[in-house]
Amino acid sequence: MEQPKPNWKEYVEQTAKLMNLDHTGEYLPEVTNNFVAIANIASLVMEFELPEDTEIAPIFEP
Amino acid sequence: MSQQYQDATELAAQIRSGKISAQSVIEATLKDIHNRNPELNCFTAITAERALAQAKQIDNKVAVGNDPGLLAGVPFGVKNLFDIAGITTIAGSAINREYPPAQQDATAITKLCQAGAILVGALNMDEYAYGFVTENSHYGATPNPYDSTRISGGSSGGSAAAVSAKLVPFTLGSDTNGSVRVPSALCGVYGLKPTYGRLSRKGAFLLSSSLDHVGAFTNSVRDLVKLFAVLQGYDPQDPVSTKKPPESNFSVLGNDITDLRIAVADGYFAEGSTPEVKEAVANVAKTLNVTKSIAIPQSHRARAAAYIITAVEGANLHLEKLQSRPQDFDPATRDRFLAGALIPASWYAQAQKFRSWYRRQVQEIFQQVDIILAPTTPCVAPKLGQETMTIAGVEMLVRPNLGRFTQPLSFIGLPVLSIPIKESNRLPLGVQIIAAPYQELSILRIADFLAAQDIK
Repeated sequence: MEQPKPNWKEYVEQTAKLMNLDHTGEYLPEVTNNFVAIANIASLVMEFELPEDTEIAPIFEP
Repeated sequence: MSQQYQDATELAAQIRSGKISAQSVIEATLKDIHNRNPELNCFTAITAERALAQAKQIDNKVAVGNDPGLLAGVPFGVKNLFDIAGITTIAGSAINREYPPAQQDATAITKLCQAGAILVGALNMDEYAYGFVTENSHYGATPNPYDSTRISGGSSGGSAAAVSAKLVPFTLGSDTNGSVRVPSALCGVYGLKPTYGRLSRKGAFLLSSSLDHVGAFTNSVRDLVKLFAVLQGYDPQDPVSTKKPPESNFSVLGNDITDLRIAVADGYFAEGSTPEVKEAVANVAKTLNVTKSIAIPQSHRARAAAYIITAVEGANLHLEKLQSRPQDFDPATRDRFLAGALIPASWYAQAQKFRSWYRRQVQEIFQQVDIILAPTTPCVAPKLGQETMTIAGVEMLVRPNLGRFTQPLSFIGLPVLSIPIKESNRLPLGVQIIAAPYQELSILRIADFLAAQDIK
């Protein structure tokens, strides 16, 4: 069964509240447009199957 | 009227020999900037007092027979995200104007000044380096010196245009996803982005630390070689600075290049560009006698992953300001930063993992070839304010797509040089010369060979 598409407008509104960005309401339509674009771009990364042992390569020297 | 010298190398030689004084060069440069910058809009700050004082020091050294440095008396500018002692680092923003002046120069500026080069000012850019167009709502657009109705590209647009217009012989910029290479191509100059970590970023205002590089713009290959020689070196104050020894074997430039295995990138890099772009790559390949082509797998996903990493790290860097004063951002960057602040953590982590995977694929390719050729931009400079463009029958947004061919390469920190392709009656384009990490010398050898064949 196909997954229902996320409601990105609602996601953006709720996450903006979570991130203390909810006072930026006037920008939300454009932010939502940008987020939808990002979600489409991210799908190219998320749908690609990586080997389980793939690690991030951070530079951290304790 | 730009000054009459070919490049930094020639100018430094004239100053070192005492044929002309550094002071006269700097005075003429400052006058030229004063006269032409209102139209070109490259410089956002001029450091006249400091420049004249340093010129005097250079002339004194020449007068008493001391070595004034490899770049003696050569004026240069830097993207306005580099710290300049005594000046506030604005990074293309209005918000950072409120910050106190920088206390010291960025490492890259310090190294250049130690070599005798003279800083004359700071250059326009997209706000916080988040763009490919240099149409800045606070400081105006930097028009293309070849056609003032078109963009210079970005985000280091002021840096590229200043060299193209010959206001100064070289400049510094930064490159996260293509911000040195895109404007260098559109303005018809050389734009070098060495390997990630090769040049210190200390004192440069970052956008996305995972991807940020320092780079340089010039009008000649020999200038690039000198700048690369001067700018290298481990800097403990930049956490990603490499401890690998600096490249120094520049004597091989000019030698035969038949030992270098070269291929043209096909697949993703052969699609989505105009016929003139394809022709530019084909001409370079023909000059180098290249017949081999090679595919870099999943480059469209590499571009996507770079996009996610930049959006998350950029938004995180500016989160407090996005929360407290979003109205003070450039509208062109604000909405993208705000959207980036809302990205789920797993998307970011997966993009970083993909980076490791993609690096391994490209490492394997560099077992088979030494140099890869690819276009720099998908088209010539678009018009100022242009929002969409049509390439191969497909309409697309200008701003994100100018970095289509640069983004997958900086994603894994490869050294890349965009060489200018200038033909009469045509706007300039660029071709990327790409090598394995730390193989900048191979790139410079190819560029030197091409320049000798009049490909520049």
